[in-house]
Amino acid sequence: MVIKARTWLVAAAAVMASTAVAYSSEMAPQDVKIEDNMVSASLTGGAGDAAEGRKIFANRKLGNCLACHAVSDQSEQLFHGDVGPSLDGVADRWSPEELRAIVVNSKAVFTKDTIMPGFYSLDVGVHVRKDLVGKTILTAQQVEDVVAYLATLKE
Amino acid sequence: MKKQYLVSVAAIAMAGALSTAAVAGGPVDEKLVIDGEIEMTTRTAPPEGHPLDELISGWHYRTVETRALETDSFENPGMLGVEDGEQIWNTVEGTEGKSCASCHGDAAESMKDVGAHFPKWDAESGRPINIELQINKCRTERMGAEAYKFDKGGQKPLTAYIKRQSLGTPVSIDLSQGDMQSWWEKGKEMYYTRTGQLNLSCATCHEDHNGQFIRADHLSQGQINGFPTYRLKQGALVSVHNRFRGCIRDTRAEMPAAFSDELMALEVYVTWRGTGLSVETPAVRQ
Ligand code: HEC
Ligand code: HEC
Repeated sequence: MVIKARTWLVAAAAVMASTAVAYSSEMAPQDVKIEDNMVSASLTGGAGDAAEGRKIFANRKLGNCLACHAVSDQSEQLFHGDVGPSLDGVADRWSPEELRAIVVNSKAVFTKDTIMPGFYSLDVGVHVRKDLVGKTILTAQQVEDVVAYLATLKE
Repeated sequence: MKKQYLVSVAAIAMAGALSTAAVAGGPVDEKLVIDGEIEMTTRTAPPEGHPLDELISGWHYRTVETRALETDSFENPGMLGVEDGEQIWNTVEGTEGKSCASCHGDAAESMKDVGAHFPKWDAESGRPINIELQINKCRTERMGAEAYKFDKGGQKPLTAYIKRQSLGTPVSIDLSQGDMQSWWEKGKEMYYTRTGQLNLSCATCHEDHNGQFIRADHLSQGQINGFPTYRLKQGALVSVHNRFRGCIRDTRAEMPAAFSDELMALEVYVTWRGTGLSVETPAVRQ
């Protein structure tokens, strides 16, 4: 009986999760269009949270952007990589729409040879880990949060 | 903010000008001499058809402290593994009542320079084999002992002991044996194939971006002349296939099995990419 109740709860949770996806205005990765190096509309339809974005940027399990990019705004973090350019003042160089395109799929903006992963793209490598097949590195909301954070990096 | 930006621009300009010096990135410009007498070739011209201008041992990318550990056989923590390997070499195992030494005698003579020329073609199995697989062949075919499982039993120490007998010898493999060339081709294809959710190939990190920092890690050329290496972080010897699997896992991909055709092909190709570098086993890494 206990087991049954538990199964039911799990099933209910699954239904709720899929409904959430079906009803949100979130754009699926394959529907995102990059034109003139821009993704013009928010992936969620709403604004990102720059403070969250700042955390995602440093989090090794999420953006891990610091692995490749230094940024003076996060000098409290040890070890900033230098594989990519420093992102100080990046919002002076790119518009938010361009920054969104870079984070979504950098290969569409730079070259296909770039080392930078596409964070909201299903254009991935071979033999993707089984539990990650069909999944993007960041969610639409996390991309918006990171873009909002990048937009604060002005000099 | 503005001032900081100028400083970092200056640093980048400097690093560009002195690209091989010990500034912000790049391999250090120093010589590796072990125990004050064995001069190692840690930088060398590549073989024909190689994509890099210069081959550089991973030693050059490590910190002062880590580099120092490798220069002295008493300080090198990997030497404990080598000593274990020597014991195993002389220990009788299996139904035939033999040790490695029963057939091969003194490894200092019989195994001198041998490790520098693996992987080799194995006609019997029709594929390349590395030292680990050669050890397993001897165990099963001659000693009546069980094959070591990947990274288990004496596999790492014995491999390290055998490779240590080639300390300083330049790596070179014979691609004219058997079908080695086609395994090289297959390994090359793997090296340039992007894997996983992060969509990276070996070349993305070790060819395009060596010398740069990926968070705290100083990217090297990913050479394997020092394997098994001693990793300070793990406090243990690390085998080539363990390292390959780790790098593939980090791209968020499924990992091929150790000694699978995929990883043997990769080992053939990556060994060739280090042609001419001295065997450094056991190299010390962070
Ligand atoms: C594995 C390395 C790597 C990671 C991780 C990475 N990037 Fe990048 N990024 C690069 C490189 C390299 C470039 C420069 C373009 C090129 O050479 O391909 C770049 C360029 C950029 C640019 C343009 C910078 C400029 O000044 O023109 C932005 C913005 C950017 N990245 C943001 C991010 C964000 C945000 C993240 C994390 C969500 C991230 N990157 C993660 C390697 C990386
Ligand atoms: C995301 C970047 C990345 C990718 C992709 C990658 N590696 Fe690595 N690899 C590293 C880092 C970081 C290290 C540790 C620092 C170093 O030695 O370069 C490393 C270390 C190594 C080492 C040890 C070098 C030494 O001197 O001890 C070898 C060998 C190696 N990688 C081979 C490979 C091969 C083969 C592939 C492809 C199957 C690969 N790597 C893919 C990042 C990567």
